Amino acid sequence: MNKSLKRLDLIFKNEHDAETILSKSLSRTNEELIEDLISSGLKGRGGAGFPTGLKWKLTAEAKGENKYVICNADEGEPGTFKDREILSSVPHKVMTGMAICARIIGSLKGFIYLRGEYKFLVPKLNKAIDEFHALLDKLKLPFRIEIFLGCGAYICGEETALFESMEGHRGEPRNKPPYPTDAGYLGGPTVINNVETLAHTYSIFKYGPEKFRDLGVKDSRGSKVFSVSGDTPIPGIYELEFGMTLQKFVDDFGDGDAKAVQVGGAAGFCVPRKRFENTKIGYKGKLTGISLPTGGSMMIFNSSRSMYNVLHNYLDFFVEESCGQCTPCRVGTQQLLLGIEAVKRGDKPSGYLDELLSLAETMRITAKCGLGQSVANSFSSIVENFREEMIY
Amino acid sequence: MKEKINLKIDNLSVSVDAGTTILDAAKMINVRIPTLCHHEDLCVAGNCRVCVVEQSGADRLLPACATPVSEGMEIYTNSLKVRTARKQIIELLISEHRAECTTCYKNGNCELQALTTEYIVGENGYIPLVPLKGYTVDEFSPSIIKDDSKCIRCQRCVRTCDQIQSVGALTVAHKGGEMKVSTFFDKPIYEVVCTNCGQCVNRCPTGALTEKAYINEVWDAIYDPEKFVVVQTAPAVRIALGEALDMEPGEIVTGKMVAALRRIGFNSVLDTDFSADLTIIEEGNELLQRLKKALKDKDPNVKLPMTTSCSPGWVKFIEHTFPNFLEHVSTAKSPQQMFGALAKTFYANKIGVDPEKMVSVSVMLCTAKKFEANRPEMRASGYQDVDYVVTTRELALMVKQAGIDFGSLPDDDYDSIMGESSGAGVIFGATGGVMEAALRTVYEVVTGREVPFDGLNIMPVRGMENVREASIKIEDPLPEWDFLDGVEVKTCVAHGLSNAKKVMESVRDGKADYHFIEIMACPGGCLGGGGQPLPTSPEIRQKRAEAIYREDAGKKIRKSHENPEIIQLYDEFLIEPLGHKSHELLHTTYTTRERY
Repeated sequence: MNKSLKRLDLIFKNEHDAETILSKSLSRTNEELIEDLISSGLKGRGGAGFPTGLKWKLTAEAKGENKYVICNADEGEPGTFKDREILSSVPHKVMTGMAICARIIGSLKGFIYLRGEYKFLVPKLNKAIDEFHALLDKLKLPFRIEIFLGCGAYICGEETALFESMEGHRGEPRNKPPYPTDAGYLGGPTVINNVETLAHTYSIFKYGPEKFRDLGVKDSRGSKVFSVSGDTPIPGIYELEFGMTLQKFVDDFGDGDAKAVQVGGAAGFCVPRKRFENTKIGYKGKLTGISLPTGGSMMIFNSSRSMYNVLHNYLDFFVEESCGQCTPCRVGTQQLLLGIEAVKRGDKPSGYLDELLSLAETMRITAKCGLGQSVANSFSSIVENFREEMIY
Repeated sequence: MKEKINLKIDNLSVSVDAGTTILDAAKMINVRIPTLCHHEDLCVAGNCRVCVVEQSGADRLLPACATPVSEGMEIYTNSLKVRTARKQIIELLISEHRAECTTCYKNGNCELQALTTEYIVGENGYIPLVPLKGYTVDEFSPSIIKDDSKCIRCQRCVRTCDQIQSVGALTVAHKGGEMKVSTFFDKPIYEVVCTNCGQCVNRCPTGALTEKAYINEVWDAIYDPEKFVVVQTAPAVRIALGEALDMEPGEIVTGKMVAALRRIGFNSVLDTDFSADLTIIEEGNELLQRLKKALKDKDPNVKLPMTTSCSPGWVKFIEHTFPNFLEHVSTAKSPQQMFGALAKTFYANKIGVDPEKMVSVSVMLCTAKKFEANRPEMRASGYQDVDYVVTTRELALMVKQAGIDFGSLPDDDYDSIMGESSGAGVIFGATGGVMEAALRTVYEVVTGREVPFDGLNIMPVRGMENVREASIKIEDPLPEWDFLDGVEVKTCVAHGLSNAKKVMESVRDGKADYHFIEIMACPGGCLGGGGQPLPTSPEIRQKRAEAIYREDAGKKIRKSHENPEIIQLYDEFLIEPLGHKSHELLHTTYTTRERY
C-alpha cells in the first residue's frame, strides 16, 4: 500500500470519528438520510451501478418482519483486490454505513459475506466488529454484525446466489423478481451493498452529499477505488475521480506500450488503443462518448500480450465458475471456449467467430444472472477488436 | 378478488390475476410458449431458458415461466430476437446431449426431440460436448437407469426427488461445465437412499432417466416353448394404459388389456386386484390383531399405528429414513408379491404346471416394483416369486411391437382362479384406496354390518389432499370384538413421500394417535406411479382417479372378503388369515438401510 498512489483520499483516510458520524446521523430522520444518499448520486461500486439511496429507500418501504443489511465482500472478479484493502484498513467506515442503513430500513442483523480466500482477515475483522458493537451499545442501536465466510465460488458474489449460499443451499442465482429489496436473505427485505459502496456512504454522511457530487461527472458521481494490474510499473490500489478517459489512465499507469485495457475484469470490456481517447470510465448514461462501468478492475496489456490467450483465460474462468444452472451460461461458455480453440487450430473457419459472437449476444440477453449476461462483454470486445489474433 | 393485470401477448389483449406468469397468461389465450425445465408439479426453476420471450422496450429477454405479468406489458413470443435466441439455446442443449435418437429408449417420447422438430436444429454447428466428458451409464439398479450423457440439467428430477418425495437421492453436483445431476459421492443410485419410485423418470424430459426395461426378457420367456408364462396386472394399469396407446386420460381399458395380453402370448392372464383383495384380508386381520393386543391384552410391545406395506417406494423410504419404525409397517406383502408367492405354489399346483418352468411376469405402474421383485425376501415359493416386472409404458410398447390395434380389440376376461376381484381391490390404485378397502372389510368383520357410508363410498379418505385424516367409531361390535366398543379408529392417508415424511415425523414426535396409516410413495397413489404413461399432471391424475372409482362403482362385488375366489383360496389352501401358510407365503420382513 505504501507504493500506492492515491489521487484522492476519501476512502482510505484513516478518520477516527465513527462515533461522531454515527451519532450525528442517527439524530437525523430516515428521510433526510435517504435524501442525502439520493442527491449524492452514489451508485453501487460492485459494478452494476444501482443507485444506493433508492435501494435503501425501497428496502425501508418493503414490508417484512426481519430485514437484513449485507456487505458483499465476496470480491472475486479477476483483477479486483480493493475491497480486501478497504476492509483491512478502514472497516469501521463500512460498518458505520451498515449501521446507518440498519437504522433506516429497520434491521437488527447485518452480515459481512467475506470471500473464502480472505479468511486471514477474520481475526482482525472480528476485533473491529467487537469494538464497533461496543460503540453501537453506547449509542443504543440494536444492531449486530457477523462475518459469513464464503467457500470460493465466484458466482456467490451475485447477490441472490450469495443469499442461497448463506441459507446453506447451493450457490445458484434466483429468478428476479422478487428483488432483494423485497425478498432477499431468508426471504426478508435486504440491502446488499459492495464494501466500497458502504464506505462511501460514510463519507457522504460526514461531508454531505454536495462534496460527493462535486467529484466525477454526470451519471457517475464521486470517486472510485481502482485495482490496477497488468503491464504497469505501478500496480496497486488507487482512488480516482470518475470520468477520466482511458488515454489519461494509460498515460498515468501504463508502461508506454499499452495496446488494450480490460475495464471491469473478466466480466468487463476490453478497450483497444484506438479507443482510449474517446472512452471514459463511468457508469452508462447520457455522457458523450463511450463510458464503461467497472467494479474497479483495470488490467493493462502491452503489445507483447496475446489477446487470444487473454480471452482463453477468461473463458476458462467462466466455464469453471458458471453455476451451471442455466443453459446459455453453462453450455454457452463451453462452446465459446471450444469455439475459439477450434478456430485457432483451423478446425473451424474464421467465419465461425461470427456465430460465436451471435451466441455471446444470445447469452447476454437470455442468461439468468449477471455472470452469463456479461460473458459477452469481454468476448465480443476482444473478438471484435482483435479478430486477427483469434485466427492466426 | 385479486387485482387484474392487463397486458398484450402477440398483440392479443389478456387480463389476468396479479402474480400470474407470462407463460400461464399466454396459455389462457392459447398462445403456446415452449418449455423444458417447467413442470406443473414442480416449483419454477427458470433455468433452461427455452421459454424466453421479448418484452417491448426491454433489451434482455424474459423467461416466461418465471416472470410475473405487469400492467401494460407487451410481450412477443415469436419475434426474430426470440426465435434466434431460442433456436440457439436448443442447439446448445443438443450439443451437450447424446442425441442418438434412433437407439434411445425415449425415442418419440422426448421433449427435447419434440423441440428440435419445431426449431429445425438440423445443421447444428456447435461442438458436441458429450465425447469430452467421459460419461458412464448407471445401470446397476433393477429399477432405474441414469444416463448423464442425455441429461440437459433441467433439474426436474432433482426438484421431484426433493420437493415431492423429500428423498434427496438426486442432487446437483459441481459447477460450470462439470455441473451434473448426481448422488451421494456419485454412487450408483442402487446404493443410495433412492426409493426407486420413478417420479424422476416420469418428469425427465429426455432419456437421461428411464426405467430398466425387461421387455426382451419377457418376449424371450413367451417364445420359449418350455416356459409357462403367467401375467398379473396391477389395479392402476387398466385406467392409464390407454393413454400410451392414443386414448384419452381416464379411459378404462381392462377388457382390451386382457385381450392384448392374450394376443401377446401369455399363458395365463391374471389380476393383481385379486391379490389386493387378499392383502386386505391379511393386513386387515393384522390390524385387528394389533388392536386386540393393544386394547385388550394391554401388550406394551405392540406397535401402533400400523402402516400399509404395499408401496415398495414407501417401504424402502421408511427403511432408510425411519428405521426405528419398521415394526410399525404391516408384515403383509404387497399384492404383487402375494400373487407371486401364490403363482408358483397354489396356482402352479392347481393347473398342474411345474413351478420350475413357470415365469411370473407382472405389469405394474411402478418402477419400485422391479426392485421389490428382486428383494431377497421375495422367494417364498422356492423360486424368485415374480421374475419380471414391466411398467404400463413397457406394456404399451409390447402392444405396439406385437402389431396390435389396441383400440379395436374386443373386451376379454381374466383367467380363473386368481383373476376375480372386488371393487375394493380396484381402488388400491388411488391414494386412500387401501384404507377404504380395509375399512370396508374390517368394519364388517368387527360389527357384522357394512361401513356406515352411502354406497360403501368412504369419501373422507378419497381425494388429492396431501394428508387426509378420518375416523370411524365402532359401536355395537360382535362379542368377539367387544373391546372395540366405542373405540374411534383413527386413520390417516398420505401420498407422496414428502407428505409421508411429515406424517411419520408427527408419529415419531408423539403428536399423532392414529391406529392405521396408508402411505403411497407416489402423488395420487399408484395411478401416479413412476411407470405410468407420460406426461403426468394433476389434471391427468385426477382423471385416472375418477376412472378408478368408476370401475369400483361398477363392480358387482365391492368388498374384498366377498370375493369368491378369495373365499375359495382360504378354503382350499390358506385355511385362515394369518395362518401358517399365510406367514410362510404372504408376510415378510424389512431391513434397516443407510441414510445416504
